[in-house]
Amino acid sequence: MKQAIPMELSAGVSPLGNPASMLSIRGLGKQFGGRPVLRDLSLDLGRGEYVAIMGESGIGKSTLLNLVAGLDRPDTGEIVLDGIAITRLGEPALTELRRDRMGFVFQAFHLLPHLTVAQNVALPLALARADAAATASRVGALLEAVGLGDRGESFPRELSGGEMQRVAIARALVHDPTLVLADEPTGNLDPDSASQILALLRRRIGGQTAGILVTHSQAAAATVDRVYLLGPDGLRPKI
Amino acid sequence: MSAARLTVAPGLLVPYAASLGELIRHPGRALLSALGIAVGVAMGMAVHIINNSAISAFSMSVNVLSGEADLVVRGPRGGFDEAVFPMVARLPGVAAASPAVEIDAKLAGRRETIKVLGLDLLRAGSVQPALVTDLEVSILDLFDPDTVLVSPQAAEQLDLKRGDTLVLQVGAREVGFKVAGLLAPGAFPQRAALMDIASAQWRLDRLGTLNRIDIRAASGADLTALRQSVEAVLPAGVHVSEPADEVRRGAGLSRAYRVNLDMLALVALFTGGFLVFSTQALAVLRRRQHLALLRVLGATPWGLTQVLLIEGLAIGVLGAAVGVALGYGLASLALAKFGGDLGAGYFRGVTAQPEVQLLSMLLFFGLGVATAVIGAAVPALGAARSSPVTALKAGSPEPAAAVPRYRWGGVALIVLGAAIAPLPAMGQLPVLGYAAVTLILLGAVWLTPSLTRRFLALLPLPRAPGAQLAVAQLRGAPNLSGASVAGIVVSFSLMVAMAIMVWSFRESLEAWLTRVLPADVYVRASLSGDTAFFGPEDQAEIAATPGVARVEFQRQLSVLLDPRHPAVGVLAKPVDAQRPQSILALTTKPLPVPPGANPAWISEAVADLYDVRPGGRLTLPLGGSDHAFFVAGIWRDYARTAGAVVIDRERYVELTGDRRVTDAALWLEPGASADAVAAHLHSRVGRGIEIAEPRVIRQLSLAAFDRTFAITYLLEAVAVLIGLFGISVSFSAQAIARRAEFGMLRHVGMTRRGIGEMLATEGALLGSFGVTVGLVLGFAISLILIHVVNRQSFHWSMDLHVPWLLLATLAAVLVAAAALTAVLSGRQALGDSVLRAVREDW
Repeated sequence: MKQAIPMELSAGVSPLGNPASMLSIRGLGKQFGGRPVLRDLSLDLGRGEYVAIMGESGIGKSTLLNLVAGLDRPDTGEIVLDGIAITRLGEPALTELRRDRMGFVFQAFHLLPHLTVAQNVALPLALARADAAATASRVGALLEAVGLGDRGESFPRELSGGEMQRVAIARALVHDPTLVLADEPTGNLDPDSASQILALLRRRIGGQTAGILVTHSQAAAATVDRVYLLGPDGLRPKI
Repeated sequence: MSAARLTVAPGLLVPYAASLGELIRHPGRALLSALGIAVGVAMGMAVHIINNSAISAFSMSVNVLSGEADLVVRGPRGGFDEAVFPMVARLPGVAAASPAVEIDAKLAGRRETIKVLGLDLLRAGSVQPALVTDLEVSILDLFDPDTVLVSPQAAEQLDLKRGDTLVLQVGAREVGFKVAGLLAPGAFPQRAALMDIASAQWRLDRLGTLNRIDIRAASGADLTALRQSVEAVLPAGVHVSEPADEVRRGAGLSRAYRVNLDMLALVALFTGGFLVFSTQALAVLRRRQHLALLRVLGATPWGLTQVLLIEGLAIGVLGAAVGVALGYGLASLALAKFGGDLGAGYFRGVTAQPEVQLLSMLLFFGLGVATAVIGAAVPALGAARSSPVTALKAGSPEPAAAVPRYRWGGVALIVLGAAIAPLPAMGQLPVLGYAAVTLILLGAVWLTPSLTRRFLALLPLPRAPGAQLAVAQLRGAPNLSGASVAGIVVSFSLMVAMAIMVWSFRESLEAWLTRVLPADVYVRASLSGDTAFFGPEDQAEIAATPGVARVEFQRQLSVLLDPRHPAVGVLAKPVDAQRPQSILALTTKPLPVPPGANPAWISEAVADLYDVRPGGRLTLPLGGSDHAFFVAGIWRDYARTAGAVVIDRERYVELTGDRRVTDAALWLEPGASADAVAAHLHSRVGRGIEIAEPRVIRQLSLAAFDRTFAITYLLEAVAVLIGLFGISVSFSAQAIARRAEFGMLRHVGMTRRGIGEMLATEGALLGSFGVTVGLVLGFAISLILIHVVNRQSFHWSMDLHVPWLLLATLAAVLVAAAALTAVLSGRQALGDSVLRAVREDW
């Protein structure tokens, strides 16, 4: 759905990176106030691949996600998504990139309380000015897929935590993103709801959509294809 | 590493500490709220000090003049027969009596006057000793008819010293007096000149007349009985009263104006309270989860309310303290620079020192604190009653805090306000009018959230995603939207009400001036003072001026109808009794005059103050006798708030034999030059006379009007500014509360510009709705201001004129300001930091 590189993003097309990778991170470094947080970090993520990143609190997981999402600039290294060097893009192009190719799932859900469930899910498509009929059909399908087909007209306050996170997942997937970034999506949920959410994410990530899951939970990590440990020495696969 | 000392405050001190910590963490917002209160308190305090000081200075002058007198006989400004004096002085119970000629004499070549006191210097010593002791010269020197003593204030203001000449205008000529010295410091605290009474009568054309007698009662005399016996010997139009009545009468002249200024200052304070309300409402929202947590941890609703009230109290104490100090500073500055006058001219020339009473300071301080606490109480009570479970749940709706629950309460306030508005004045003040405006404003503020909710529900959902989100956000948070709209409603309605009232007044004044100034040129012996007039020779000279086709003369004088009220003006001029509306702005249908009756047309003030109606009778003391007049109609008079009566001049001359006039209206021959006529009159009649074309009089009158309203514009501007601050605070706090929302929107692809547009749409929508409600509310309040407050305060009516262009411009500016404020206040939302707001949990 998002294979063609839009004009605004073509400035960021990189000759670097692994052609086989959908996401390629090379030599990434970032420091805050002279204190290095990430050092020479590299990662390749194939299309449809789902990985988890684990690590101690404060080790830099958030920083890594910020950099991948284009919300922060690295001091060194490069991040290439679908052949586009994120680090070279300006703010408007980054906004467009996030809108078209990324989906986000937050620990605190972040649903707009004044929009209905369906309107919350439709938000990325509305911002991209997608066709209304296509949007309605896509939102309906997604809500069915996350088990909330009959709750489209409800407001977030009428949902449980697990249901709200399912809405957030539907919102993250509604525009067929290339990459879903999920940060502790089960951190606020009870074990049953958490396992349902993890299963849902597992089902929906794949095909054209890759995913990065940041978690402390071993159970969550068990649902992904590969697990990486982020430590002072960088990123290494967990065996 | 040193060991940290952990202190745990007991009981409620922990939440109190948290509360004050909130103020310290956001000092800008707290200071802004305190500033709102400070400005309101300062305005009220300054107006109060200036008025009090001016009245106090005025009272001091009256008291010095009355000296040790127990009773004062007062007559018309023109005076009464001096034969009254021996009759009064010989009455049993009178220990001493001091006759006086007290005149506001026009200074030659200037528009100002000086109070001339002509006293019997030998008798004055036993009644008004302060005036005649410690003189720089012997009393005998003052028997020289060309000699005066001046007060230190007069010497300073008019740059006079011993040996200089004080030149006054008497009739149309100039009369000089040698300054023999100064009155003792403090002897008379205003601009004044003292001379012998006989000299004053002679040199100021007052032969045979007095206009006051001060009486000291014999020890043990019954004052009431003495008063009655004095009253019995007085001619018509001359009354006896106590010195305190003099102060009351003088102060009463400006009372309505002073009360109106006090009310405007209170409006500024009210808006300050509203600012505290907005700030606290949104501060509560911002700390919703924090407060809910305190509830969960065991804080009681009342405990929570106390915590939030303490914030209001802290803001109130700071604001009120600064306000009291600022008010004193402003008042001192204004008194030093402009004297005791606040623009309306009631205390023009009164020199006053700032006088502060501890009680009034405490009162204004208390008002400021109370306003802030009340402003903070509404959101505090709302927060205390909201469920902590809901507040702690993510994605929960906005709290019901800060919004009155029962709509009927707002409706009841408005209905009550409308019901009491038309009721009569209380103590000659529009107390119920002010109360009605307050009730209607409060009712409107009460109803604003539910009206906003209805308005937002009716709005069609726009297609553009930004605008769609804006409408959804506003619909989803009607309480917050209502709080912002209420600020706009209060500000704009006051702006609209004042604009309509002032415009109606100005247009009515302009129309009135056109009606009462039909001639080509107007000549007046003096614009001020009691000593200038045209005698028969001057009148003949004026009538014979080349280029003058027709002339009408008018005699203006003042008569005391009731010692409780200020003197009423009498205008004796040619009036066609069949068509009085040709020269008078009648507000009632003219009545046919019964045969043999003397017709009089009374101003609205006379009708109100003396309860006289068309068809009734009015007794006027003219020429020393009472004369009955038939009230043939009521006319609008914007010149004399104490009231005026128009009678036909021929009839006036028949009744009094007084052929002197004060004004002349000239109609010129075709092609005649007004300048040539003026030059001729100045050379032949006197250079001190005032000559003006109606155009110039209109300009001067409208300039005086604008000057009078300058202070009201200032107070209104302050109120509006505070209102706009409220809007800004409201939007800022919303933006802070919505950081995570903005961050999420940026994540899902909304641009910075898109969020800016969304905020602008929200601001513009709320602004438009607030402006619409404010327009309707302001129109209703303007009707009360025009038909109740102004009428009952100043006794004049006016026609309704709506300044549509001005209102449309103001509305557009306010909507744009609201949109801009929303964008500026939310500028943090346009920065990258909000992107991280969603990941406070990452």
